[in-house]
Amino acid sequence: MNSNIVIAVLVSAIGFGTPLVLAGLGELLAERSGVLNLGVEGMMLMGAVTAFFVSQKTHGPTALVLLLAVLASMVAGSAMALIHAVLSITIRVNQIVSGLAVTIFAGIIGLSSYLGQVWNIGGVAGHHQFNGIDLFGLQNLPIVGPIIFSEDAFVYASWVLVLAVLYYLYRTRPGLYLRAVGENPAAADAMGINVTAYRYVHTLIGGALAGLGGAYFTLALAPIWTDGLTAGFGWIAIALVIFAFWRPDLLVLGAYLFGIFSALGPTLETRGITVLPSEFYSALPFLMTVIALAAASTSWANRRVGTPASLGIPYTREEG
Amino acid sequence: MTDSALDAGGDQAAQVAGPHQASGSSASAPGAMPGALAVQAVDMTKRFPGVVANDHVSFEAAEGEVHALLGENGAGKTTLCNLLMGLYRPDEGKLSISGRAVRFHSPKDAQDAGIFMVHQHLRLVDSMTVAENVVLGWSKPRRLRFSPRKVEKAVAEAAERFQMPVDPKARIWQLSLGERQRVEILKALYRGAKILILDEPTTVLTPQEAEQLFSSVRDMAADGRTVIFISHKLPEVLAVADRVTILRQGRSITTVPTAGTDAEHLAGLMVGREVSLEATAKGSEEPGPVVLELAGVSARGDLGTEALKTVTFDVRAGEILGIAGVAGNGQRELAEVITGLRGTTAGEIRIGGTRLPMGDPRAAIDLGIAYVPEDRMGTGISPNLSIAENLMLKSYRGKTMRSGPVLSNRKANANAREMIKRFDVRAPGPRTLVRQLSGGNIQKVLLARELSSEPRVVVAASPTRGLDVGATQYVRQVLVETAQHGVAVLMVSEDLDEIFELSDRIAVFYNGKVVGIVPAAGANRQQIGLMMAGAA
Repeated sequence: MNSNIVIAVLVSAIGFGTPLVLAGLGELLAERSGVLNLGVEGMMLMGAVTAFFVSQKTHGPTALVLLLAVLASMVAGSAMALIHAVLSITIRVNQIVSGLAVTIFAGIIGLSSYLGQVWNIGGVAGHHQFNGIDLFGLQNLPIVGPIIFSEDAFVYASWVLVLAVLYYLYRTRPGLYLRAVGENPAAADAMGINVTAYRYVHTLIGGALAGLGGAYFTLALAPIWTDGLTAGFGWIAIALVIFAFWRPDLLVLGAYLFGIFSALGPTLETRGITVLPSEFYSALPFLMTVIALAAASTSWANRRVGTPASLGIPYTREEG
Repeated sequence: MTDSALDAGGDQAAQVAGPHQASGSSASAPGAMPGALAVQAVDMTKRFPGVVANDHVSFEAAEGEVHALLGENGAGKTTLCNLLMGLYRPDEGKLSISGRAVRFHSPKDAQDAGIFMVHQHLRLVDSMTVAENVVLGWSKPRRLRFSPRKVEKAVAEAAERFQMPVDPKARIWQLSLGERQRVEILKALYRGAKILILDEPTTVLTPQEAEQLFSSVRDMAADGRTVIFISHKLPEVLAVADRVTILRQGRSITTVPTAGTDAEHLAGLMVGREVSLEATAKGSEEPGPVVLELAGVSARGDLGTEALKTVTFDVRAGEILGIAGVAGNGQRELAEVITGLRGTTAGEIRIGGTRLPMGDPRAAIDLGIAYVPEDRMGTGISPNLSIAENLMLKSYRGKTMRSGPVLSNRKANANAREMIKRFDVRAPGPRTLVRQLSGGNIQKVLLARELSSEPRVVVAASPTRGLDVGATQYVRQVLVETAQHGVAVLMVSEDLDEIFELSDRIAVFYNGKVVGIVPAAGANRQQIGLMMAGAA
C-alpha cells in the first residue's frame, strides 16, 4: 500500500519533472552562452497554446498531428526567444528587463491567453495526446516498470536530449566554444569564434526547448488549455539551472526532485490522504525554489561553481 | 637609478644570449639584419574623428628579428597593432607580409597570415584548462568531436616542442600571470604563428618572469620567427630587441639598432626633447613619528578567501612606503582595509595612535586618510559629475561648501577654480564633466580632492598607471612633495621602477603576506623580484 503511493508519486514526479528538464536544458544552453533568459515562462505558455491549437485543428493520424504540434511549439518558443535575442544581444538591452518583457508579453493575460481565446480552444479536452509506451516490453516489471518503462515518447526524448546536451557541452568543439563564449567572450572572439552567432543560436534553441516544455503540458500532462497553465514552471526551470550549477546531469536530478514536490499534493489528494492542507502541497515547489536558491547563494556555493562569468553581460568588442 | 636599471638590462641581455647561442643558432645576434623581410609597413595612416592616430607610419622587421615599437601612451602603438591585426583598416599605406601585399578584413585574416598578438590583458578563459584554451577556435583538421585527453596530449607535445613548459591539465586560474602569458604565447605558436606581437608583455611579470620571457623571445627569433615587442620601458627594449622603431604622436620617428644606442638617447627620441632620467627627489631625510600602523591585520577577499594574512607594518610621517608585488597578492585589499572600504577579520589599524573603526570609510576620512584608488573611474571619481562636484565629494558636509543649509555652487566653483590652478588641471572650467578630461587630468582632479583635505596618510594605488610621461612625472612629484610636507604615503605599484624611484622603504607582498620590508637605498632588484615570486 505504502509502496504503491511511493510509486504513484514517482510516476507523477516524472510527469511534472519532464517540462522542467526540457525548459531547464534550454535555459542552461542559453545561460552557457552568457544570455540570461527570464522569458522562459512566456515561451512555455506560447509553446503550450500553439501545440494545443495545432493538435486540435489538424486532422490526420495521431502521430503526425502530434509531431506537427510539437514542431509548432518549438517554433513558437523560438519566435519569442528571437525577440529576447534581438533585444539583449543585438540592441544590448538589459537582459533581465528584456526577459521579463517577453514573459509579460507572451505570458498569462498576454499573447498566449489572447491566442487561446481567438483560436477558441479553451476548456475543451484535446483530441490527441502522448500515451505511455511499453518500452522493451518491460512495462510490467515491479516498481521500475511503471516508473521507467511505460513513459511516453516525450519523456524518452527528454532523456536522450540530456545525454545529447552532456555530450555536446563536454565532448564537442562547438560545446567547448559555447562554454568559452559564456565565460570570456572577448577571448572567444579573439580566437575567431562568432560570439553573436553562438548567443543567438543557443538563445533560440533555449526558446524552442521552453516551447517544447510548454507543449508537454497540453499534449501529455493534461490535454487541455487554460490561461497560464504552466503555473510558474518556467521560473522554477530558471532556478533549477542555478541550483544545478549549470550542469545538465544535476539539472535532471533537480527537475525530478521538484517533480516529486509537485506530485505529492495531487497524488495524496486523489487517495484521500490529508495530512496537511492542499494549499501547502501546491506551494511546496515554490517554497523549495526559494530554499534552493537561498542555498545556492550561500557561502559554500559562493565559490560560484559553474556560473558562466559573462552571464547577463552584453558583449561589445572593445576597439581601443 | 637609471644606471642600475641599464646595468640590469645589460645583464639580462648577456644572460639571455648565453643559452640561445649554445643552442646552435647565430641567426639573430642583436643588431644584425638576418633573414628575409617578414613585415613591411609603408606609410600606414589611420584617422579617427579629430585625430590622426597613425600618420604615415613605416617600419620593417625581418624573419628572426625582435623588433621593438617604443613610444609613450598615445603615440600610436596600439593603433598600429590593430592595423597589423586586421581590427582596423588603414586609410592609406600598405602592409606586406613576407613580401606579399595584404589587406586584412578581420583578425582571422591576420591569423591566417601567421600574425598573432598577445594582448596586455590576456585573452584566456580562466575556468578552462590550458589545453582547452590552446585549441579554442582552432581545429586542424576540422573536427566536431572534442576529446580532452587527445587535446591535452597534443598540447603537451607542443609545449615540449616550443619549450614552453606548462601543464596542459591545469586550469588558468591556478596559474601565475607569467604562466598564463606563456599559455597565450603557446596558443599562438600552436596555431603556427610566424609573427608574434607582444603588447607591453612585462607589465604583470616579476623581474625573473620577465627574464624568462626575454629568453623565450630570443628562442622564438632564433627559430626564424619575428617578434614585435611593444613597450615604453627602455631597459627591456635594449635587452631584448635587435632594432627599435620609435613612435611619437602617431608618427614613426626613426628605426635604430639597439647595439650602439642607450636609454637616454631613446628616451629623447621618444619624448621629442632632451630628457634627464634623473630620479625624482625622495621624501624628507628624517622621517617623523609613526602615523599609520598595521598590527596583525587579516581580511577576506571578494571570494571569501583570506586575502590579507596578519599584515604588520608602519609608515612614518614624511616617508613613502612602496608596496611591491605582482597584482592580486592582496594589495587592493590592503588599500581598502586602510581606507575603511573593507572590514578586517583580525588585527588593528591605528592612525596616529587612534584605532581605526572597522569598515567605516567616513571614520577613515575623518582620521585624515586620503585615497587615490587604482580604479580611478570607478572608485576614485564620478565621471558624469563636473570637476567642482567631484572636488566636494568629501567636503560637502563641511562649512566651506555650504551657504546656510544648502550647498553653495558659488563656493564649490570658487574652490574648483583654485584647485584647477594649483594642480594644473587642463580643463575649460569647473563645470566641465570629468569624463571629458584626459587620464592625466582626471588623476590631477583626484589628487586635488584628496590632498587638499590636508591628510595625514595618503594611500595611492598604481597612481601613474595609464598616464603619459608628463602626467606621470607630475603625479610622482606631487607624491614626493606630499611626503616632504610630513604626510605618511603608502604607495602600491606593480611598476618596480616606480617603487624604486619614489620609496624610502619597500614592503613586498606575496600571497597576502608581507614577505619583507627593506630600505630602498641599496635594495637589490633581484632580491625584491624573488620575494615577489614568493621564492625568498
